[in-house]
Amino acid sequence: MKVVYLDNNATTMVAPEVVEAIRPFFTQRYGNPSSMHSFGGSVAREVAKARESLAALLEAESPHEVVLTSGGTESDSTALRSALETMPERREIVTTRVEHPAILNLCKHLARFKGYTVRWLSVDKEGMLDMEEVREKITNQTAIVSVMWANNETGVIFPIHEIAEIAYEHGALMHTDAVQAVGKISLKLRHSKINFLSLSGHKIHAPKGVGALYIKKGTRFAPFVIGGHQEADRRGGTENVPGIVGLGEASQLALEHMEDKMRHVRKLRDKLEQGLMEKIPFAHRNGHKEMRLPNTLNIGFEFVEGEAILMRMDDKGICASSGSACTSGSLEPSHVLRAMGVPFTSVHGSIRFSLSRYTTEEEIDYVIRELPEIIIFLRSVSPFGREALNAICTVQ
Amino acid sequence: MWEYTEKVKDHFFHPRNIGEIADADAVGEVGSIACGDALKLYLKIDPDTRRILDARFQTFGCGSAIASSSALTEMVKGKTVNEALKITNQDIADFLGGLPQQKMHCSVMGRDALHAAIACYQGQAPAEDAEGELVCQCFGVTDEQIKRVVRENNLATVGQVTDYTKAGGGCGLCHEKIEELIAQVRGELKQEDKADATAGRPMTNIQKIAKIQEVIEKEIRPMLQQDNGDVELVDVDGNRVLVALRGMCTSCPSSALTRTGIETKLKELVDPRLFVEEVAA
Repeated sequence: MKVVYLDNNATTMVAPEVVEAIRPFFTQRYGNPSSMHSFGGSVAREVAKARESLAALLEAESPHEVVLTSGGTESDSTALRSALETMPERREIVTTRVEHPAILNLCKHLARFKGYTVRWLSVDKEGMLDMEEVREKITNQTAIVSVMWANNETGVIFPIHEIAEIAYEHGALMHTDAVQAVGKISLKLRHSKINFLSLSGHKIHAPKGVGALYIKKGTRFAPFVIGGHQEADRRGGTENVPGIVGLGEASQLALEHMEDKMRHVRKLRDKLEQGLMEKIPFAHRNGHKEMRLPNTLNIGFEFVEGEAILMRMDDKGICASSGSACTSGSLEPSHVLRAMGVPFTSVHGSIRFSLSRYTTEEEIDYVIRELPEIIIFLRSVSPFGREALNAICTVQ
Repeated sequence: MWEYTEKVKDHFFHPRNIGEIADADAVGEVGSIACGDALKLYLKIDPDTRRILDARFQTFGCGSAIASSSALTEMVKGKTVNEALKITNQDIADFLGGLPQQKMHCSVMGRDALHAAIACYQGQAPAEDAEGELVCQCFGVTDEQIKRVVRENNLATVGQVTDYTKAGGGCGLCHEKIEELIAQVRGELKQEDKADATAGRPMTNIQKIAKIQEVIEKEIRPMLQQDNGDVELVDVDGNRVLVALRGMCTSCPSSALTRTGIETKLKELVDPRLFVEEVAA
C-alpha cells in the first residue's frame, strides 16, 4: 500500500540530494575535521561549507554564528542554560504554555531543581499570544525569553522579532525554538535582536541527530557540552560530519525552494482544509487561519477520539498525528490545545496534518476522499455522535 | 504506537454489536466526553431465565476502548445476569489476547459499564462505585473503585492504578492517597495469602517455580522499577533462587539489601526455605 505521509512536523523524508551528498562521508571521506593531514582537513572545509549554507538560510550575519549540535533539544538546553549562567543576577525565565517539551520540561526542571522563576505566557483560542502580557511579564529580572517561532501542533506563528525587541529593551536575552519555522518561512536574523535560535535537521529533509544553535555575534555564551576545541570551543565532541554535510545540503535546497515550494504546499494545505471542512460537519480548525505555517493543518473532529481516527487512517496508509490523550502518552490531551481552551468535545478528536514539498495533489485528494467515511463510521459508534450524524443526513 | 494484538485490531476494525437497543431492559453508562472515553451498554434480558439475549454498545474512545466494548458484548451474550457479573476486567483483556498496560482502563470501563447496566436492571443505585470518597478529582475516581481494581488485579504501584483507572493521571495531587489505598488493600491480601499458604499441601517443583515467578512479576519488579531497577529470574535449583539484577540495581550500593529484600518477600509469599543468590547479569 502506498503511504501518504502527512506527518512532516514529526519528521521528514531525507531528500535524495541530501543522501547523495552524505554518501562519500562514510567509506571514502571519513577523516576527522580536526586532523592535521589533508585527508581530514578537506572534510573540515565541507563542514565549513555546510555552516555557510545554514547561515544563508537563516539570513544570519556570519557563518560563525552557527554552532552545530545533535538537534533541537540540545540547542534549546544549551541556549537556556548559557543565558542563565552568563546572567547570574537575573533569576527569571519568560516562556509560553505551548512550547515543545524540549523547552517546557526544561523550564519546569529549572524551576523545580534550580530555583528559577518561570513566567508563563498564555495563548488565546486561536493560539496567539497577548502582546500586552508579553510586555508585562518581561522585566529587568528576566534573564531569558524563550518563545517558539512556530507551534508544532497548530503551526501558529509568533511575532518573534517584536518579542526580541521587548527583551532587548529590558536587557534580557532572546531565544527561539525555530525547529518548525526554519525552511518554511523567512527568518531574517541579520538585523534582529534574537540572541539564540534552535533548529533541527530532520524537520528540513536532513537526517536525524543533527541540528544547530544560532548564537548572535556579541552574545555572551557558556558552552553546555564541554570537551575538545570543536565549534570554536562552543560545543565539544567530534563533528557528526555526514549529518552536518546533510544539513548543509538540506539548507541549500530549502533556501532554493522556499518561495515556490511553500506556495505549492500552502495551496495543497488550503485544499485539504477546505475539502475536509466541506465534507465533515462538526469540525473546527485549531489555530489562527493566517498567522500559520503554510504546511500545517490541525482540525478537531467532534464526538470522536483521535487514536481511533489515526488507526483507521493508518489502515488506509495515511500518516498524521493527534493531540488526543490516548496518543500523547499521558491521560490528558495535548497541552497546546488545552492552553488554547479547545472545547473537550473536539480536543480528543484533534488531528494534525503536516505537509512537505513532496506532498502531491493526488495524496490530498485521497485524504479528502477517505477521511469523511472514517469520521462518519466512528460517529456511528460514538454515543455522542447522533447529533453529528443527523447533520450529515441533512447535508446529503 | 501501541502494540495491539490481532484480536484487538479485529474488534476495532470490525466491531460487533454496535448501536442502541430501543427497548433495552438495562442500560449502563460510564465515562464522559471530557475524560476522553465513554461507553454506553444496552442489554436485552429474558425476565424468566435472567439470560442476556442481546447486547449492544456505543463507545467514544480510542482503539482499545472500542475493541473492549465489542469484546464485552460478545462475552455477555447468552450468559445469565449472575454469570455475567463474574466477568472481570482481566477477562475482557484476556478475551482480546491482552491489552497494553497503559490501556487496561479500557477493560475496566467495560466491566464497570456491565455492572452499571445490571445494577440498573435490578433496580439498584446506578453503580456501586458511585459510593465512596472521591480520590482523583481529574477523572472522578473514588476510593472504593481504586481498592476494588487493586484487589482484583493485584496492583502494587500508583502507575498501575493510573493505567487501570486513570486515577492519578492528571494533576497528580492524589498520588499519596492512592499509595495509602494500595497499602491498605495489600495488607488485607497478605493476611489472606498467609492463611492459604499454611492450609495448602506441599508444592510441586513446577508450582513452586510458577509461584516464584508470579511473586517476582507482581510484587518485586514493580517495586524495583519505581527506582529504575529491575530483576530477572535466572534459575531455580531446589530452594536456591538465582536472580540477576538489572538497571539501577546493578550499580546501587544497597544491592545486597535488594537481594535480602527479594528473599524476604519470597520466603513470606512462597516458601520459608527459599534463599536468593545473585548471579552476573
